[in-house]
Amino acid sequence: MVPDLHGFGPVLLEGTLMTVRLAVASCAVGIVLGLLGAAAKLSGSPVLRALGGAYSTVLRGIPELLVVLMIYFGASTVLMAAARPFGYAGYIELSPFVAGVTALGLTFGAYATEVFRGALQAIPPGQSEAARALGMGRVLAFRRVTLPQVWRLALPGLGNLFMVLLKDTALISVIGLEELMRMTAFAVGRTKEPFTFYLAAALIYLVLTALTTLALSAMERRAARGHGRR
Amino acid sequence: MHKLSTFFAAVVAAGLLVAGGPAKAADPLRIGTEGAYPPFNLVDANGELQGFDVDIAKALCAAMEVECTFVKQDWDGIIPALLAGKYDAIVASMSITEERRQAVDFTERYYTNKLRFIARKDMQLDISAAGLAGLDVGAQRATISGSFLEEHYPDANVRLYDTQENAYLDLAAGRLDAVLGDALVNYEWLNSEAGADFAFKGAPVFEGDLIAIALRKGNPDLVERFNAAIRQIRADGTYQEINARYFPFDIY
Amino acid sequence: MDLRLMVDSLPQLLLGMLATLELVALSGALGVVLAVPVALARVSPRAWVRAAPLGYIFFLRGTPLLVQIFLVYYGLGQFETVRESVLWPVLREAYWCAIIAFTLNTSAYTAEILRGAIQAVPPGEVEAARALGMSHALTLRRVVLPRAVRMALPAYGNEVILMVKGSALASTITLLDLTGMARTIIAKTYKPLEIFLAAGLLYLLITLVITRLIRRAETHLSTTANPRPKGRP
Repeated sequence: MVPDLHGFGPVLLEGTLMTVRLAVASCAVGIVLGLLGAAAKLSGSPVLRALGGAYSTVLRGIPELLVVLMIYFGASTVLMAAARPFGYAGYIELSPFVAGVTALGLTFGAYATEVFRGALQAIPPGQSEAARALGMGRVLAFRRVTLPQVWRLALPGLGNLFMVLLKDTALISVIGLEELMRMTAFAVGRTKEPFTFYLAAALIYLVLTALTTLALSAMERRAARGHGRR
Repeated sequence: MHKLSTFFAAVVAAGLLVAGGPAKAADPLRIGTEGAYPPFNLVDANGELQGFDVDIAKALCAAMEVECTFVKQDWDGIIPALLAGKYDAIVASMSITEERRQAVDFTERYYTNKLRFIARKDMQLDISAAGLAGLDVGAQRATISGSFLEEHYPDANVRLYDTQENAYLDLAAGRLDAVLGDALVNYEWLNSEAGADFAFKGAPVFEGDLIAIALRKGNPDLVERFNAAIRQIRADGTYQEINARYFPFDIY
Repeated sequence: MDLRLMVDSLPQLLLGMLATLELVALSGALGVVLAVPVALARVSPRAWVRAAPLGYIFFLRGTPLLVQIFLVYYGLGQFETVRESVLWPVLREAYWCAIIAFTLNTSAYTAEILRGAIQAVPPGEVEAARALGMSHALTLRRVVLPRAVRMALPAYGNEVILMVKGSALASTITLLDLTGMARTIIAKTYKPLEIFLAAGLLYLLITLVITRLIRRAETHLSTTANPRPKGRP
C-alpha cells in the first residue's frame, strides 16, 4: 500500500527528520525537568514541594495544544517583560522549534516528574545509607547507587511518555514548524488529496512508533541486565 | 497567576540559553506574511515565498533602499507576532479595520478589495441575511470576512477556518454552502481546477476594503517611509508591472 | 495583564467549555461501548479472534490524534463515493467527524486498559463461577467484567483526562470548543496571553473535577463490592 505521493515524498521525509529532531530535543529537556520536578517534590523544603506539585498538576491538566499556543504567542511577551528590568529592551525571538521544544518538554517533564518520583521512592533508602557508610559522598552515592536503579525503574514509564511525545509533535505544526504534519498539510494544499497524504503521514508515524517500541524494549533489556528475569 | 508566568519565563529563558540566546533587532526590515493566501502570498514548491504581496514588499524595500527579510507567520498570530516584535511590518493582504487600528498603525492602501460570496455554479443563492439563514457559510478565522459574517449574518451557520485553503477544501467537499472571501482571492481559486464548478454569487457585499501594511504603533517615520515608497512605485510603473503578473485589471 | 478582558470573555469561554464537555462525554461513552467487544476479542481463546483487533489498536495508538481527525474530516471528503453515500450527512458535519475520531481513538486505549484488567482477574474466580454452573456469557457478565471494570478505573480516569486534553484538537476543524473559542476571541482582541491563561484555568478545573470524581467512584466501588464481613471480630 504505497500511495502515489506526486513527488512530495522528499518533502515528507524532510518533515519526518524535523519531527524526530523535535521529539529527541523535547525528550532531553523533559528528562531534565522531570528530574528537577521529582527532586523538588521529594525535597525537605515545603516551598519546593509545593512548586514541584503545582508544576506537575498544572502541566498535566492543560491540553498540550493550549500549552503550545500559550508558549508560542505568550512567551515572547512574558520574556520581554521579564528582561526589561535588567535593561534589555530588544526583541526576544522564540522560533517555532524553540517554542515547540519548550512546550513539549514542559509537558513531558510534568509527567516524568511523577515517573521519577515513583522510581526514586521505590529504591530502599538503606542502599544509599549503606553507600554513605562505605565512605561515598552524597553525590557519588547518588551517581553510583541510586541513579542507575532510577534509570532501570523509570525506563518503562519514560518510554511510554516518549511515545506520547512523538505523537504530540504533530501539534507543533499549528505554530508553523515544518515537521511532518505541516509538510503534509502543505502537500494537501497543493494536490487537493487530503486522504492520500494524511494516510501517508499516519503510516510514517506508525513506522516511527514501531521503531521506538523496538528500541525501547532493547534499552529496557540492557538496563535490566544483571537483574535477573522479572 | 503572576508566579505562573514568572515560572514559565524562567523555564523558557533556560530553553533560550540552550538554543543560542536571543536574537537582536537589526537594521534591515523584517516583513511578516502568511504564505497561504494565493495569489497574494504563497510558498512555492521550493519553499520560497511568492505572490503579489511579496513582490510589492520587495519593490517597496527597493524604493526605500533597505534590505528586507521575510518571516512566515500563521494568520491567527500575525498581529500578536508583530506586536511582540517578531517582524516590523505585515505585508499580507491585511484590510484596514477599526478593530485592528486599536492594535496597529496602517500605511496607505496598496490595493483595494471587495468581499464576495462564492458557491456551486448550479446553486441559486440569495445572499441576503434571510437567504443565508441556516446555511453553512465559511470564512477564514480572524479576517474581515469572518467578522463580516458574524456581524451581518447572525442566522447563518458561520464556520471559521485556520486557512483560506481549508475553507475551499470544505466548499469543494460540499460541507459549506458558500464561502465569503476577498474577491481577488476567490477569483484565483475559481480559475483553478478545484474551483471549476463554482462561481461568484451576487454583487460584492462590501466594497472599498482597503488593503494596507500594518506596523507597530508609535513609529510615524516608518509609516511615512512606506507611504512614500507606495507612491513612488505607483508613479514609476513598478506597481503596474507587478499588478499585470497577477491580474488583467488594475487592483489599486 | 488585562484582567477585565479575562472576566469579559468568561461567558464565551464557558460556552466553549460546555462544548468541550459534550464532546468528551459523548465520544467517551461511545468509546467505552466500542472498547468492550474489542477488549473481549483481545482475550479470546481463539488466536484468529485475538489477532483481529491488533491492527485497529496498533493504528489508533501509534498515530497522532491530529492525523486521525484530519483523515476523518478532510480525508474522507476527498472521495466522490463518500460524498454521495448515505453517510455524508453525518460526515459533512465537523461535529460528528470530531466525535468519530475521538471515539475511535479512545476506544483503542480503553480496550487495552480493559484487556489488562480482564487478564488480571484471578483465574480461580472464573473457575469457581464455571464450577457453580454459570455459562461462559454469564461468568463474563457477572464475574469478569464487574471485577475488571473496578480494576480498570484508575487507568481509565487517566484516559478521560487525556481525552479532555485531546478534545482541544476539535478547534482545528472549526469547532468552537474551549480552545476554539479562545482562538476566536484572540482573533478579535489580539491578547493571546490573557485568553489562553483563562482557558487553561478552565481546563485545569475540568481535569481536577474529573480526578476527584474518579477517585470517589473508586472508593464507592471498592466499598460496595467488598462489604465488610459481618459478625466477625
